[in-house]
Amino acid sequence: MKQLVRMFAVVLAVSLGLIYLTAYLNKSAGYSGDNTLTIYNWGDYVDPELLDRFEEETGIKVIYQTFDSNEAMMTKIEQGGTTFDVSIPSEYAISKMKEDGLLLELDHDKLPNLKYIDPSFMNLSFDPQNAYSIPYFWGTVGIVYNPELVGNLTFKSWDELWDKQLLNQILLLDGAREVMGMGLNSLHYSLNDKDEAHLQEAKAKLKLLTPNVKAIVGDEIKMLLANEEAAVGLVWSGDASEIMGENEKLDYIVPEEGSNLWFDNMVIPKTARNIEGAHQFINFMLDPEVAAQNTEYVGYSTPNEAALALLPEDISGDERFYPSEELTSRLEVYDNLGKKMLAHYNELFLEFKMHKK
Amino acid sequence: MRAKNKWSNIYLVLVFAVLYAPIFYLMFYSFNSGGSMRHFESFTLDYYKEVFADTRLLIIVLNTFVIALLSAAISTILGVMGAIAIHHVRSNRPKQTLLTLNNVLIVSPDVIIGASFLILFTLIGIKLGFVSVLLSHIAFSVPIVVIMVLPKLQEMSTTLIDAARDLGASSWQVLARVVLPFIKPGIFAGFFMALTYSLDDFAVTFFVTGNGFSTLSVEIYSRARQGVSLSINALSTLIFLFTIILVVGYYFINQRNAKPAEKEGRG
Amino acid sequence: MSNKSRSFYLVPYMAWIVLFVVAPILLVAYYSLFDVEGNFTFSNYAKFFTPVYMRMTLSSFWYAFLITAFSLLVAYPAAYLLTRTKHKQLWLLLIILPSWINLLLKAYAFIGLFGTYGLTNSLLEAIGIGKQQILFTDFSFVFVSVYIFIPFMILPIFNALEEMNPTLVYAARDLGASAWTTFKRVILPLTISGVKSGCMAVFIPALSLFMITRLIAGNRVITLGTAIEQHFLVTQDWGMGATIAVFLILAMAAMMLLMGNRKRGVAHARKK
Repeated sequence: MKQLVRMFAVVLAVSLGLIYLTAYLNKSAGYSGDNTLTIYNWGDYVDPELLDRFEEETGIKVIYQTFDSNEAMMTKIEQGGTTFDVSIPSEYAISKMKEDGLLLELDHDKLPNLKYIDPSFMNLSFDPQNAYSIPYFWGTVGIVYNPELVGNLTFKSWDELWDKQLLNQILLLDGAREVMGMGLNSLHYSLNDKDEAHLQEAKAKLKLLTPNVKAIVGDEIKMLLANEEAAVGLVWSGDASEIMGENEKLDYIVPEEGSNLWFDNMVIPKTARNIEGAHQFINFMLDPEVAAQNTEYVGYSTPNEAALALLPEDISGDERFYPSEELTSRLEVYDNLGKKMLAHYNELFLEFKMHKK
Repeated sequence: MRAKNKWSNIYLVLVFAVLYAPIFYLMFYSFNSGGSMRHFESFTLDYYKEVFADTRLLIIVLNTFVIALLSAAISTILGVMGAIAIHHVRSNRPKQTLLTLNNVLIVSPDVIIGASFLILFTLIGIKLGFVSVLLSHIAFSVPIVVIMVLPKLQEMSTTLIDAARDLGASSWQVLARVVLPFIKPGIFAGFFMALTYSLDDFAVTFFVTGNGFSTLSVEIYSRARQGVSLSINALSTLIFLFTIILVVGYYFINQRNAKPAEKEGRG
Repeated sequence: MSNKSRSFYLVPYMAWIVLFVVAPILLVAYYSLFDVEGNFTFSNYAKFFTPVYMRMTLSSFWYAFLITAFSLLVAYPAAYLLTRTKHKQLWLLLIILPSWINLLLKAYAFIGLFGTYGLTNSLLEAIGIGKQQILFTDFSFVFVSVYIFIPFMILPIFNALEEMNPTLVYAARDLGASAWTTFKRVILPLTISGVKSGCMAVFIPALSLFMITRLIAGNRVITLGTAIEQHFLVTQDWGMGATIAVFLILAMAAMMLLMGNRKRGVAHARKK
């Protein structure tokens, strides 16, 4: 009994001590004031130095909170109960959030730096006139491969993934849109196709890929490919640049049949309190110098023309990450398929995953 | 007999080796200047410096510990009460029903628990943050405490309690002098399991947190998209060494204090 | 015990049950009756009985069984040997300690250890077996799952063994019982309660494992937990996710009933 009482007393004392310490740290870091801005973003998706600079320039204290998937983030914003002033969802999430009334309209007068964004990344189907969102980073979906291990394959076409010499050598992203899109693209269909016959055809073709697939994984795909765990991987371009930064042997290509063009955009969710500060932050991130520094830190492709001009040639001139117009014209942005169609894509993808060798 | 001892030692060493292998792997690479968990390049302490420079990360670590300790302590108390309550139920059917309800949270996947707690908290109007996270950690730790304590209660013979009562002990005395000492190992086991649940949890915390409050696992998971940096390895190494020292230290201090008391009790 | 003290214990616990168990169950059951577009329907339940989900259910149960069996196989001797060591409480704590390190980090470490160029494969090569694919196989999945659950199995068994009176074992041995007979007739029956709570603490969560299925098994293993995860976080088909959860809860309740009945049988036998 004495031992029990002692243990609980110790636990209580330690907890109180820690609470006091946290409060002290919070205060010394300035998090307890009123003039704060809560940013809800992917982990490590902004250069922390820039956050410090923003704080210095504006006197606003930044609270950085993180999520690990668009869907989880949407659930949190939908339920409310907490403040998020700025968030950075992907484009399909933006069109869904718009539909559900989770976003606030932006005041373009407060965003003078908007003029630096490449016009071809503005006014896209998921957000006409950019009423709700401003491009942050963009990229493609393609293939990372190790030229030493794939013989004469160059992946100009998606079909080369089905080649027999790639037995157990392919890693796929765990995403229904990405994998189904690959199947559809390889058949020269649109990756937004809703035709049931086309979808079934794509599923049947994907099933033939099963022997070549080593695993279907998430973010760890970067580590696995950099470690040469497999010769080929289906990835987002942002991940590809990171993988290639770690392992120089690897190369990245977007097959010619076409692929996906994705965007992560800054938005102000309906949970915002500091709307003025949120506009200030978005405008700050659009500043060419700031955007350039952020691009070098994060490694994704920037939509900011002026920032691109500031970047060294080996980044801005890299056709793999800033593709020519000719290729860009064949890329498609994911449409919002509607809940039912999306669920159907996921069902088909699940069947593909369950298909045993 | 000696040969047997040798084999059993080898077995235990093997179990511990496997249990600690991934942790030593993480610790090893926290000193890698190469920046990733492959190809050890050269020794560096940069990541440790990074950890101490990052106030936000330190606050998150402290939050994590506060939540773990408090939720484990409170859920242990609740769980012990629950186990005693279940134990007192004599007839079989209500007992089984209670036990089944008890286990629902263990079988439910975290996402579902998280999502339904989130809906619950917003319905009741509890502000998301420290309180909501603490409440949900308590909530999902209670059943494991019950599971750890209940078998102990069932082993305890009723004659022990009857004897105490015959000697004129009050309910409280029976509890403090007879029941609690007997089920003590179960209570400790429950406490440590609750601590484990709390430290490990990501999904539930993710859903019910807000207003700037965050715990270590939420932070680690959300960094996965950008690749978990080695400063997280460094942080885990520090936490691990710290807890080992704490646990071993506490154990020996406790043992020294407990010895005379135990003798008294037995004598 | 008096009614007063009984309700003293019962009230806070029942409050917890109502708030955090019954309310979420009702919520989950409610959600299971709506399709993606928010229409009232029973179609989710019909969908659960299609071959895709039936196969998933079967494989979940099979893997959960394997994981529980191997955990028990490793944990029982370990717990037994731990009770014989000096400073046994300390060693027990050291068994739990690894589970305080974040699971994602440990999974990454396992990816490193089991990878094609990882430590395990280097060892296998050195002893002449040669490189094997370890990552993304059933073996690695079961291995890592057992790794995660082992403390939950060791702890209750250890406690049960501790409680056992060692003189009983000596007595059995003195009476000429072999080591195996002693184990079967004396040690095992006396520790069966620990084994049971250990199995429960492993089997039930093993049914709804996710994360590991992707990180370590590369989605080669799809459990009910993975499917729920997907429905809640990717498809946002909360209805279907909730339906699977309803079945998980029902399966757990059925198991509890079975175990409860058997326990009565054992108690009965002992009285004889």
